[in-house]
Amino acid sequence: MSATANYTVVRFSTPSRIAAVAAIVILIVLACAPLWAGRADMRLLSELFLYMALASLWNLLAGYAGLVSVGQQAFVGFGGYCLFGLTIFFGLSPLAAVPIAGLAGALVSVPVAVLIFRLRGAYFAIGTWVIAEVFRLTAAQVSSLGGGSGTSLPVAIVKSIADSRAMREATTYWMALGIVLLVLVLVCVLLRSRRGIALTAIRDNELASQSLGIDIWRAKFFVYVITGGLTAAVGALIFLQKLRISPDAAFSVNDWTAFVIFIVVIGGIGTIEGPIIGTIIFFLLRETLADLGALYLMILGLVAIVIMLRAPKGIWGFVRQKTGFDLFALSRRVIATHPDRRGNNTDNKENAHEPQAT
Amino acid sequence: MDWVNAVIQGILLGGLYALFAAGLSLIFGVMRLVNIAHGDLIVLAAFLGLTVTTTLGINPLLSIAIVAPFMGLLGYGLQRLVLNRTLGDDILPPLLVTFGLSVIIQNGLLELYSADPQKMSAGAIETASVGLPGGLNIGVLPMLMFATAVVVIGVLQWIFYRSAWGRAFRATSDNQDIAQLMGLNKSHVFGLAMALALVVVAIAGIFLGVRTSFDPSAGPGRLIFGFEAVIIGGLGNLWGTLVGGIILGVCQNIGAQINPGWQLLAGHIAFLVILAIRPRGLFPRIDG
Amino acid sequence: MSDVILEIDGLDSFYGDFQALFGVSMQINKGEIIAVIGANGAGKSTLMRSVTGLLTNKPEMVRFGGTSIGGLRADQIAAMGIAMVPEGRQLFPSLSVEENLIVGGQSGRSGDWSLDGVYELFPVLAERRNQASTSLSGGQQQMVAIGRALMSNPDLLLFDEISLGLAPIIIKSIYEALPGVIGTGMSAIVVEQDITRAMDISDRVYCLQEGRVSLEGKSDAVSRDDISKAYFGV
Repeated sequence: MSATANYTVVRFSTPSRIAAVAAIVILIVLACAPLWAGRADMRLLSELFLYMALASLWNLLAGYAGLVSVGQQAFVGFGGYCLFGLTIFFGLSPLAAVPIAGLAGALVSVPVAVLIFRLRGAYFAIGTWVIAEVFRLTAAQVSSLGGGSGTSLPVAIVKSIADSRAMREATTYWMALGIVLLVLVLVCVLLRSRRGIALTAIRDNELASQSLGIDIWRAKFFVYVITGGLTAAVGALIFLQKLRISPDAAFSVNDWTAFVIFIVVIGGIGTIEGPIIGTIIFFLLRETLADLGALYLMILGLVAIVIMLRAPKGIWGFVRQKTGFDLFALSRRVIATHPDRRGNNTDNKENAHEPQAT
Repeated sequence: MDWVNAVIQGILLGGLYALFAAGLSLIFGVMRLVNIAHGDLIVLAAFLGLTVTTTLGINPLLSIAIVAPFMGLLGYGLQRLVLNRTLGDDILPPLLVTFGLSVIIQNGLLELYSADPQKMSAGAIETASVGLPGGLNIGVLPMLMFATAVVVIGVLQWIFYRSAWGRAFRATSDNQDIAQLMGLNKSHVFGLAMALALVVVAIAGIFLGVRTSFDPSAGPGRLIFGFEAVIIGGLGNLWGTLVGGIILGVCQNIGAQINPGWQLLAGHIAFLVILAIRPRGLFPRIDG
Repeated sequence: MSDVILEIDGLDSFYGDFQALFGVSMQINKGEIIAVIGANGAGKSTLMRSVTGLLTNKPEMVRFGGTSIGGLRADQIAAMGIAMVPEGRQLFPSLSVEENLIVGGQSGRSGDWSLDGVYELFPVLAERRNQASTSLSGGQQQMVAIGRALMSNPDLLLFDEISLGLAPIIIKSIYEALPGVIGTGMSAIVVEQDITRAMDISDRVYCLQEGRVSLEGKSDAVSRDDISKAYFGV
């Protein structure tokens, strides 16, 4: 009896099917938000989507590619400034400026990666921060965009999005929803591809995967550039919503990196579900505790430290460890099948452990 | 003459940057830990100095005698209670935990001291200067700070390479398991290293508070300067770190001389240029 | 000779979920040298790591001089008088020869061994006391590793694969030096792949196979056949 005959590898589990159906329902409800939600709710939801996108991207970078960046605000701010520059100087429509900002973000991330990939581990992290500082200080030198004090998006450009205010708000809302969807789908597709598997291998053991012939530099470079581009696009949308930009707001390490890191750590780093759950928890916390001001941020920092020490895989990692759920059908499972029912394993719920290393 | 002055001031400023960097370099050397909260600890020391100075009515430079032991104890406690639990093969836990710590310190200082910029006054020594031929005037305080930086780095170098503590630091850094077999408790050794690093941080913090105004959000900037000095000088080389600090200080002052808005940018660009042409810094340790 | 110094009692050791030792029991008497032999992966190194505290276990599984030490940290165990010459020597590369030796005496236990004693035993080390430990030859490095372990004046000394990676002539001279090292009332456990050497130097032998004790006996009483059965399980 050959050992291979008794196992099949599957990705989809029953919970992931239920989750897929639920996701479609939620998505339809959210897409209809302009019909049922008030303006403030829509603003909050948009912000939540944009944070969810940032968190998923940072998670891809740090949780999967092992590139712990504390300088993603470089790309958020860059995207924001691209939006303002493209619309003000070149008369582009904001809707066209967002994807172009993303493209520009990907382009600018290439030389950045070449430079800071020379730093390893934690030094890489601080290196990304230096880059973000360079971006911020450079933006403060652009006097036509207000220099250090920043500028507002001219009314004519705002009006060019749509004629009515309601329609403008709906449009930016849909764009925020659209980009978080795009990011989530892309992250899923990427992680299920050969490249994604290589990434997971690198994360788990860099040395071993190198000996397996995985080009680590290229795999990481690829993820860094994709993430840089999408982060810039999200940044453009953030400042399309805010309608005002300044170097300190655009390149804020607290707003665009610290919060994002807390979201991912609390939700569960290295899982797709983590950033989603983390974003929801973060917004719940913020809406209830934000009146505490600095104290709220201290609590947030403390929660992140405790989670990192006690449950390093975050809330979702804890849930998954207890239940074995996977909502995104990402990991492959080895399932034992009886020889006589080979090829017909859909109703077989018996999960086999992965072969143990000896 | 403005230019010569800018360079000399830059060199002296470099001493302060080397102080920012020395603690960072030490703990990386001993336990491969990069402390994101390093800059915030510097600012914390400055605020402690402020409190000690105003409560006791003493010169801020004297407050080092109280703040330095306090920061040392804090460092030991922090390492034993929190940071030791994060050390391992994975770089994420120490990075994220110290990042959380950074946010806690910043906002804690904000709650206690408000966001207003503060400054400590060291009295007459602040305005005293020595005249040089050619109309140059060099402040006594910046010279004192630079001399202190040189002494501190010399002492750290001596501790690291000549003392029993340094032997324990190097042995534990080389091989934690075997060091433990020799009777060295690595948790304690790491605690001592962090204590030493925070004593240096205390000196750096007081000097920062005497030299310029500071506020609770000033930490990350100091972390970045310290980090740049370490990388420019070469990882694991304390004297290299001093040179790195000087290069950074000189570049910033020359940048500021050209255009006030370029001060910080010039320093960052110097760092990136060195990273591009000499990724291991100017004076990397041979065995590092 | 019935004075037991180290007693290992039903030791189960784990690396995460992987169990490497299953109910291993051993006794070492005062002044005795025992050999632990076994194939690669039989659990010899795990046993050494468990005794020295690099792997923690249930406290009562390892007793040293009557005290349960299975749950203690390695530095606490070292201070009680167990030292190890680790596999592959593992000197501290950033320390000089002499600094390596001094760190070995870190636990501050008093006894016959001191820097001078080690230099007397291995005169070549005295000449090279200020050199980097990495600049020495393999055999000299092994001398430093042995000297480093002696510096703590241990009651029990563990030798983990000391012949690994050394030239035969050097192995020979190191084994010739061993009796002089151990002869001062210490007990020793010698882990060795080279069965002949292990049998020659030891009073008793334990053989491990797949994490279990497969043979135990007086070194001059067990036969070659017994050993190969215990070694390979055939």
